[in-house]
Amino acid sequence: MDRLIELLPELNLAFVETLVMVGIALSFAFLIGLPLGILLFVTDQGLILENKWVKQAVGIVINLIRSVPFIILLVFLLPLTSFLLGTTIGPLAASVSLSVAAIPFYARIVESSAREINKGVIEAAVATGASPWMIIRHILLPETKPGLITGITITAISLIGYSAMAGTIGGGGIGDLAIRYGYYRYDDTVMFTTVILLVVLVQFVQYMGDFVSKAVDKK
Amino acid sequence: MIELREITKEYWSKKEKNIAVDNVSLTVNEGEVFGIVGYSGAGKSTLLRFINLLERPTTGSVRVDGIDLLTLSNKELRKTRQSIGMIFQGFYLVASKTVFENVAFALLAAGVQKKHIRDKVVQLLEVVGLSDQLAKYPSQLSGGQKQRVSIARSLANDPKILLCDEATSALDPNTTESILSLLKEINQKLGITIVVITHEMEVVKEICHRCAVMREGKVVELGTTFDIFSAPKDPLTKKFIQNVLEFEIPELMMNRVKGKLVKLIFLRDLATDAVVSDMIQAFEVRANILHGKVEYIHETPLGVFIMDISGEEDQVNQAIDYLHKRVHKVEVIEDGPTYRALA
Ligand SMILES: Nc1ncnc2c1ncn2[C@@H]1O[C@H](COP(=O)(O)OP(=O)(O)OP(=O)(O)O)[C@@H](O)[C@H]1O
Ligand SMILES: [Mg+2]
Repeated sequence: MDRLIELLPELNLAFVETLVMVGIALSFAFLIGLPLGILLFVTDQGLILENKWVKQAVGIVINLIRSVPFIILLVFLLPLTSFLLGTTIGPLAASVSLSVAAIPFYARIVESSAREINKGVIEAAVATGASPWMIIRHILLPETKPGLITGITITAISLIGYSAMAGTIGGGGIGDLAIRYGYYRYDDTVMFTTVILLVVLVQFVQYMGDFVSKAVDKK
Repeated sequence: MIELREITKEYWSKKEKNIAVDNVSLTVNEGEVFGIVGYSGAGKSTLLRFINLLERPTTGSVRVDGIDLLTLSNKELRKTRQSIGMIFQGFYLVASKTVFENVAFALLAAGVQKKHIRDKVVQLLEVVGLSDQLAKYPSQLSGGQKQRVSIARSLANDPKILLCDEATSALDPNTTESILSLLKEINQKLGITIVVITHEMEVVKEICHRCAVMREGKVVELGTTFDIFSAPKDPLTKKFIQNVLEFEIPELMMNRVKGKLVKLIFLRDLATDAVVSDMIQAFEVRANILHGKVEYIHETPLGVFIMDISGEEDQVNQAIDYLHKRVHKVEVIEDGPTYRALA
């Protein structure tokens, strides 16, 4: 117990660092992944902005990023991180690669939840003479809202996992703490505490996500 | 109003050509309710979707109000679509929007100012009889109510044309009836030209002024609803109106037929009683009506009667000749047991 109290400041810091990493990456996933996902959907064959080339180009880039295992992506992106931030250490630096991984991940989730919309509903909107932007804003986004929120939940939980990996190469956060104490110093207390912390965090995110997603679902 | 000229639509699936619509030309006049009937896969929906260019024809031209839609830019096409409402079998309402918002969307899409939207939506929902449901979500409505919402949405921008793709096929007979009378009202009161697709002749009979019968992408018959019902030419048309003009006489009744069994078809004027009583007076025959039915097609009656005429063969034949003169169509269905035995 004493040991825990002694560790508290460090645990606290690690927790905040994890939240910062996940929060930043999640924000980028939402801000960039959402439009990309919608773009993938609307450029599909027979849809409001059908465009084979755009669809393929975006699809290929997304698949490329998604096919690289995160730990490799992390190393691969170090030069980019260093170029952007001047350092490769710390939670901000880790956020770069986390964002790069999260954007295509979320984009695919957005695309697949948009696919669940009945094509007839979109067609009925086209028949009213609505512009593509109107349809995206007033039909696609509201109709996929529960899916978008579930997607954010899934992305957040994956990011918590990834952030632990990012921690190992100097990103900080809970993962970093667990490795430093648990792996290098065989400190069981720290190991268990970090695991419990992560479990609680994931459960909380899942619970919140489900709750909000249900609350906005009108079906 | 609507002019389709030599329209063909081909689909390619696995290198195989599938002709959905095959060189169809037709004109829908302003203010009329035009029906398109045919079995599944006949190309009805494809044809209907040319009218607002949801589907582009492979060849041919589509003119609405004299404007060739195929020459329009995207923006102009959207503008034109605002004056063409469309409703579907599946309603296609936005589940995450209330009734009010669903209708308001069409107005937003047309760039109507926010402050005018509310009044217009309320007015539209009044037209379709849903004024008290505007805060509900589609999942809380019955099928008939959903179709009313989609009708309100389609009328939002005061269209000149309303396209209906099997609008009543998912509804029960009572609800179908009420939606059809709403469509009729829309046609008469608002003067909107309506094109309906259906596989139910009841719908055609109820609301269409003219109709086209389609088979395998072709229009095989086209005419006024009355002509289609009273004098169908194509075998498919005949099949469609079968339950209007044809009856199966039960075996038991057939056995009781004493004389000749004749089918009389009366058009427009139903002087059945007079004709039959005149016949009985003029000839020594007995007439027994086994079945009678009168359909009203746009207030014009179409009557079908099946009669057993018995007596001396000579008299019966003369009576039937007489009927030929006075009735639109007389068909001898069964020569009758007596005469068969004599022959
Ligand atoms: N997008 C498409 N791709 C390929 N073939 C199509 C497509 N749309 C329609 N078809 C084909 O065109 C033909 C006509 O279809 P259409 O939907 O117009 O028929 P329909 O008369 O409306 O039938 P239903 O009563 O079932 O709605 C069918 O053989 C169908 O398979
Ligand atoms: Mg169809």
